[in-house]
Amino acid sequence: MRNVFLFIRRYFTFLFFLALQGVAIWFLVTYNSFHRAVGLGIANEITGWTNSKYATVDQYFHLKEENARVHRMNDSLLNLLRSNYNIPDTSVQQVVDTTKYDTLPGFRRYRYYSARVVNTSVNSDRNYIQINRGANQGITDKMSVISSDGNAIGVVVNVSPNFSQVMSLLNVQNTVNASLKNSGEFGKIEWDGKDPRYLTLRQLPKSIEVKKGDTVVTSIYSYNFPPGYRIGTVADFIVDNSTTFYVLKIKTSADFYNLQQVFAVENLQRDEQVKLAADTKKKNEESQKGK
Amino acid sequence: MSDLVRNIIRFFAFILVQVFILNKIPHLHRFITPYLYFLFILWVPFSVPRIGLLIIGFITGLTLDYFTMTMGLHAAACTLVAYLRPFIINVLMPKDTSEFNYREPSPRAMGWAPYSVYALVLTFFHHAYLLFLEWLQFGGFFEFIVRTVAATGISILLIFTVELLFPRRLKFRTNTA
Repeated sequence: MRNVFLFIRRYFTFLFFLALQGVAIWFLVTYNSFHRAVGLGIANEITGWTNSKYATVDQYFHLKEENARVHRMNDSLLNLLRSNYNIPDTSVQQVVDTTKYDTLPGFRRYRYYSARVVNTSVNSDRNYIQINRGANQGITDKMSVISSDGNAIGVVVNVSPNFSQVMSLLNVQNTVNASLKNSGEFGKIEWDGKDPRYLTLRQLPKSIEVKKGDTVVTSIYSYNFPPGYRIGTVADFIVDNSTTFYVLKIKTSADFYNLQQVFAVENLQRDEQVKLAADTKKKNEESQKGK
Repeated sequence: MSDLVRNIIRFFAFILVQVFILNKIPHLHRFITPYLYFLFILWVPFSVPRIGLLIIGFITGLTLDYFTMTMGLHAAACTLVAYLRPFIINVLMPKDTSEFNYREPSPRAMGWAPYSVYALVLTFFHHAYLLFLEWLQFGGFFEFIVRTVAATGISILLIFTVELLFPRRLKFRTNTA
C-alpha cells in the first residue's frame, strides 16, 4: 500500500497529465456524437456575447453585399404579387378578403424567424454558425436556417437562452435531402470536408438526365428545410462506375464566407411527421411479431 | 504590473487574436489554420509549478474550444504542450544559475538559438497532436503529414514576428520584486 502512495507521489504530474488528457478526449468523443458538452449552455452565452460585439463592428464592412442580397430577394417577391397580373375574364369579380385574421392557422406549415449571424467559420471540417436568437425567442433544435437571399445554410443543433449553434452545410456530419429543380428527382447532399466551395450530391439514379449548371434545391421530403430553397448548381460529375447512382459536385449558392442576416425556419408539423413515421415502424414490427 | 495581471491580460489578448483574426483568415490551402494562441503557454513564467502549468494549458485550450465548437481538441493539445515544456526548458537552459535570472522564456533569456528550438519543438508537438486527433476522426494520412508540416511553418513564422514586434524587456528577477 505504501508503495502505491509512493508511486502516485513520484509520478503525480504525469498522472495528472493523463487525467487531463482523458477529460479532454472524453469531451471530444462525447461532444461530436451528441452535440452536447459540459457547461456548453453557459459557455454558449459568453462566446455568443463576445461574438455579437465583434459582429456589430464587422457587419458594417459587408453592408453593400447584404443590401444587394436583400434587394434580389425583394425583387423575386415583388414578381409574385397578385397586382402584377391582369385577370382577362371580365365576368370574374375580384373579391377582397376582408377577414382580419388568419382563419386557417392549423394549415400553416413553416414559420420564419429573423436572426443575425454572430460567428461563422469555413476553416474546419466541422463548421458551425452562431446566431443571435435562442430559446427565449422561440428557436428550437432541428430548425433549418436559410440566408437572406434564400439559400440553404444549415440546421440548428443547440440552443441557449439567447443564442443558437447552427450546423452548417459545410460539416462532414450534415446530410440534407435535396432534389433537382427541373425533374424533382431527389438525392442526399453531403460534404467531404475539403473545399468549402463544393458539396457532394449522392443517391441520384443514373437513369435521369443531369446537365452541368442544373439547380439543386431543398427537397419536399425534408423534415427540416422548407422545399424549393437553393442549395447550389451542378459543377462537375465525379465518375464512379461501381454504382448506379451519380456522384455530383455541387457549387454552393450560399456565400459561407460572408453571412449576415438569416432566417430560422420552423416546421410546425415536424413533430407530427416524425411521430407518424416512428409509429408506423412500431406498428409494422408488432404485426410482424403477431404472425 | 505584476506577473499575474500581465498574464491574465495576455491570456485574453491571445484568445481574442486567435478567434477573431487568425481563425477568420481565409484558409491558405484547404484548411491550414494559422495558430498562435499556444504561445501564451510558452510565455508563462518559469516559477509556475508543473501542476499549475498543466491546469493553465488545459484552461487555455478549453477556452478556445468553446469558441471553435471543437470540445476538448485544443485542450488536449495544450495540455501536452504544458506537460512537455519543463523537459525542453531543462535541456536547453544554461546550467549556470548565475546567468539564469530572467522570469519567463524569451529570446533574451535563453538566446535566439535555444529559444527557436524550444518554440519549434513545442509548436510541432502541438500541431502534430492536434491534427492527429482530427485525423483519427476524419481525413487521410498524407493530408495529416502535409498539414502538420505546413501549419508548424506558419506558426513559427508568426511566433518570430511576435517576438520581433514585442520584445519583452526588463524581466529581470530581482530580490526587491
